[in-house]
Amino acid sequence: MPDLYGMINVPTVLWIDEEGRIARPNDASFASNRFKLLTGIDSRRHLVRLRAWVRGEAPAMTPSEVRTHQQLPTAADQEARAEFTLAWWLSRQGHAADAEPHYERAGQLAPHDITIRRGTMRTRGLNPMGAAFFKLAFKSALARTPLYRPIQDSP
Amino acid sequence: MSATLTLLHDGRSDEIAVADPARPAIPADSLEETLGWDLQPEGLCRGMVCVPVDQSALVRGDGLDLGVLADALQRPLVTDEQHAVAALGASHHERGEALTSLEAPDFTLPDLDGNLHALSDQRGKKVLLVAYASW
Repeated sequence: MPDLYGMINVPTVLWIDEEGRIARPNDASFASNRFKLLTGIDSRRHLVRLRAWVRGEAPAMTPSEVRTHQQLPTAADQEARAEFTLAWWLSRQGHAADAEPHYERAGQLAPHDITIRRGTMRTRGLNPMGAAFFKLAFKSALARTPLYRPIQDSP
Repeated sequence: MSATLTLLHDGRSDEIAVADPARPAIPADSLEETLGWDLQPEGLCRGMVCVPVDQSALVRGDGLDLGVLADALQRPLVTDEQHAVAALGASHHERGEALTSLEAPDFTLPDLDGNLHALSDQRGKKVLLVAYASW
């Protein structure tokens, strides 16, 4: 699913209408404000919109707006996913050490792809809730690469 | 000398006999079954779509050069020679075109009881698709 939808972190939320069309593209939104201090994302903004759309009180985005806010995968993103696929297979075959260069390469190709960088930590013997994650978050902040990318539309 | 290459692609895994895992080639007669493309005089074809390809580089004595094939289809190919495994990723063009069409890509996932559910089963309803992880 991350590959099909170009997801690079979780949570990723999108709306799909009754005809199976994307009505709001990938958005970073939480169900509560539990992580607001870390993420800076106020969940209420999305939840208010979502309720209004579900109740038919407000439209979703127009197709043009959806396309404007879509972040499409690049060639490097897709190569990173291929490296991840290879590394994951090697890990599951018991070749963890040989998987490591492929995980590294995936991270270099798509440093913004947290589904790969954080999602592989446990397999690589790192704690995705501990120091390894905070190091990743710190480096991302220094590089001005946001961990979370909420849609910046008007309130 | 021959070896078996594990080719990871499109969510599946195929075992392919290759002469050289460092320069893998796939048998021409298995191209359509494996990747869904067919080699025609116009190039690589799938349905109504044909992609030009340098056939002198693609066609080798031991089959179709996988690297040339991947380049023609704009799909990333990464390999691990030691373990004779390769991963053929999806084209960013194809992924981008699918997303900008706004037709939500279909997928099937199991629930906690192992029952399969396709996104398209929900047609006629508004769907909130949430990807989450406990890491």
